[in-house]
Amino acid sequence: MAQSDPTIDSNVDTFPLLLLQHARKQGNRTAVREKNLGIWQSWTWAQVANEVRALACGLAAQGFRRGMNLAIIGDNRPRLYWSFAAAQCLGGVPVPMYQDAVAQEMLFVLENAEIEYAIVEDQEQVDKLLEILPQYPNLKHIIYDDPRGLRNYTQPQLMSYERLREVGREYERQNPGFFERCVAEIRPQDVCVMLYTSGTTGKPKGVCHTHAGFIAAARGDVEFDGFTPDDEVLSYLPMAWVGDHLFSYAQAMVAGFTVNCPESPETVMTDLREIGPTYYFAPPRVFENLLTTVMIRIDDASRIKRHLFHTFMGVARRCGAQIMDGKPVSLSDRLLYWLGDLLIYGPLRNVLGMSRIRVAYTGGAAIGPDLYRFYRSIGINLKQLYGQTETSVYVCKQATGAAKLDSVGRPLPGVEIKIADNGEVLVKTPGMLKEYYKRPDATAESISPDGYFLTGDAGFLDADGDLKIIDRAKDVGKFAHGSLFAPQFIENKLKFFPYIKEAVCFGDKRSMACAFVNIDIQAVGNWAEKRNLPYSGYIDLAGKPDVYGLIQQCVEQVNADLAKEPHLADSQIHRFLVLHKELDPDEDELTRTRKVRRSFVAQKYAVLVDALYGGKTSQFIRTQVKFEDGRTGNIEADVKIRDAATYPAAAQRISA
Amino acid sequence: MENISLAFGGVKALSEISFDVREHEIRAIIGPNGAGKSSLLNVINGVYHPNEGTITYKGNTRRQMRPYEAASQGIARTFQNIALFKGMTVLDNIMTGRTLKMHAGFLSQCLYFGSAQREELQHREKVEQIIDFLQIESIRKTPVGRLAYGLQKRVELGRALAAEPQLLLLDEPMAGMNVEEKQDMSRFILDVNDEFGTTIVLIEHDMGVVMDLSDRVVVLDYGRKIGDGTPDEIRNNKAVIDAYLGVAH
Repeated sequence: MAQSDPTIDSNVDTFPLLLLQHARKQGNRTAVREKNLGIWQSWTWAQVANEVRALACGLAAQGFRRGMNLAIIGDNRPRLYWSFAAAQCLGGVPVPMYQDAVAQEMLFVLENAEIEYAIVEDQEQVDKLLEILPQYPNLKHIIYDDPRGLRNYTQPQLMSYERLREVGREYERQNPGFFERCVAEIRPQDVCVMLYTSGTTGKPKGVCHTHAGFIAAARGDVEFDGFTPDDEVLSYLPMAWVGDHLFSYAQAMVAGFTVNCPESPETVMTDLREIGPTYYFAPPRVFENLLTTVMIRIDDASRIKRHLFHTFMGVARRCGAQIMDGKPVSLSDRLLYWLGDLLIYGPLRNVLGMSRIRVAYTGGAAIGPDLYRFYRSIGINLKQLYGQTETSVYVCKQATGAAKLDSVGRPLPGVEIKIADNGEVLVKTPGMLKEYYKRPDATAESISPDGYFLTGDAGFLDADGDLKIIDRAKDVGKFAHGSLFAPQFIENKLKFFPYIKEAVCFGDKRSMACAFVNIDIQAVGNWAEKRNLPYSGYIDLAGKPDVYGLIQQCVEQVNADLAKEPHLADSQIHRFLVLHKELDPDEDELTRTRKVRRSFVAQKYAVLVDALYGGKTSQFIRTQVKFEDGRTGNIEADVKIRDAATYPAAAQRISA
Repeated sequence: MENISLAFGGVKALSEISFDVREHEIRAIIGPNGAGKSSLLNVINGVYHPNEGTITYKGNTRRQMRPYEAASQGIARTFQNIALFKGMTVLDNIMTGRTLKMHAGFLSQCLYFGSAQREELQHREKVEQIIDFLQIESIRKTPVGRLAYGLQKRVELGRALAAEPQLLLLDEPMAGMNVEEKQDMSRFILDVNDEFGTTIVLIEHDMGVVMDLSDRVVVLDYGRKIGDGTPDEIRNNKAVIDAYLGVAH
């Protein structure tokens, strides 16, 4: 308690104690906001602590004990965040699950984590749990936040959040001091949360973090960027994702800033604008969607507005990022940028809800150069970070003023990085996982005897000491003639085009690189409308020769870029096709975080891969698809295949 | 409803139709095009006045009433062709459904003063509850004319709900919707019936929807009633199969 700043008190090392400390020291400040019936409702830290206390006692009254796991499923709701704290207060472990997962996917986690208690958002989640109840009868208590539509449900497992809170208050009256005893029993080395990995490789694994580890990571972040109780965030990312847990829960608990929950997933843009967060974290995909929406609206704007926008965006590209980083810029450019800020950048930031942003981060995937430059040039301090679920996302971060496009920044304080002989990045961090739940084999595989976590990413440290990631270590393959093949690198380059939503590249142990492409229906649809090109739906649009022409230009542009890099000139895409259906996490083609499962796709569409390498110009395929309600159907199409122009390598080819 | 008949000049739209709607039930009216379904709905809410027959609603028997009388007695409806104010926002459109519940005088409303202000706040809260119920928060401030068809239908339902009706008349609530929108709308109709205890009379062409949603079904053909009963009874009713459902069903 030596430090005067209550927020960075390094003696406190469990989440319940952090919560109680905020309730004591800044009890009247706003901890959480949520929009309800069109009005932002606030809860102070004292109120939150009170809610958590009632909730924890309620759970205890229902038989929830130390060491048990509590499933939490739903969109970002304050009550669900409080459920994390309630479980932790009892020495239990919250296990957030992806709210858009189908029932059968949930079954695996429920079984694996031996869940008996679940707190869920609404009828949708209740229905899913009831659906799998016959297969998993161990689930004894389902507590729901929103009672809508649940009135006639008579299952004995169900209980409303309000009821649980009442039960809790009653339980506390009968057992005074119970809550305090529970909180006092928690050790920093206890597991504080279990986050399931998205399962790019095989079945999901439960990553167990300790209070001490996660708090150390969050505290490191808070000190690095100087977050204070005055900061505001909007929590809209899946609660089961480590990024959201760190940003909306752990960092908020450490720094004591305000977490705002959107009204519904569809209103995030409006809510963002109303709240104006000072700190923002999003995967590149979200930034990309934002930019696409803006660009589409600019294209529809009047000619004067369009002209103004493009002129000043040119100025911003030239000097915006330099001005933000405090680098020397000519006076005329400064004046132009100032004018642009008045006319374009300021209003644009406002529309994006980013007027007050002090720090914005992106991570989890590579960000496109245009995207990255766009946000930085209009004065948003967008930086990259690097980390995994297993490392509490505490590995590398770019410092303000030292942001670079192609690196993920320097190791954070307390982090050690080593590059293995095969190029794999090894990390030692304070936020290291304790273990994989019930998987000592996987734990042993992932943590080296000397305490480094094997990230599975291939990368290197550049001359500035910044880490650069090129691909997943196991995905980096070799062509038949021996040169390097980094599929994700090429796919990312393709996906940086607004017209391409997903791409899957093949080439390992083969003579050349080929690619599947998913068009972005929004962007290509708009493009087609401008050309009076009628289409009926995705399949039809994807098969249009004009669309193939458009995609071919993109592919050839990528080839031209690749040709400039001696290491990667052989990775140019020789043949490609536009896939007849969108890759979908419901069909296991993508993970829930929308990463391509390359080998699964290769297997599922083996006929198309064979056709690519067999020199055919079109191939018939029938694919089974799963609809959201669980039914299945077939779609079939003649998928055309095109050759793309390749370019000679610019520098001399490096032979392997 | 007893022996309702309605004729436009020489065209007999409805002849001697009798049926009842019980409290809290979902009653479907089906029939081929021109069978008189919409006319029947218009008779119930007072747009058309029947030439013969009587309607008994909440113990009051009457031949005819005006639409505003129907509205003040707790009957609200939606239309086959959406009838919203296209230039107004979703919020304002739903607010118009509260008109009958507003009591403040013209002057105080203009000045937004005293009771008018309190009243406005209360109505706004009710409207927000409906917006929450129908999950249309994201389009609260969007002009209705810019919305997709399925959403406009949802807004129209919202406006009808704003009147807090005891009897809700829905004229083809799912026409022109895709499967997902239909599922959503079905869910909302069931929820309205369940949460607010509203009695619902709906006209619908999608047989799957009718059979799933309704407690009882009336079948019309050429202005005559040819069937009445639970969905199962209707499914097996010979006259109905011949006249309407056809061999395909």
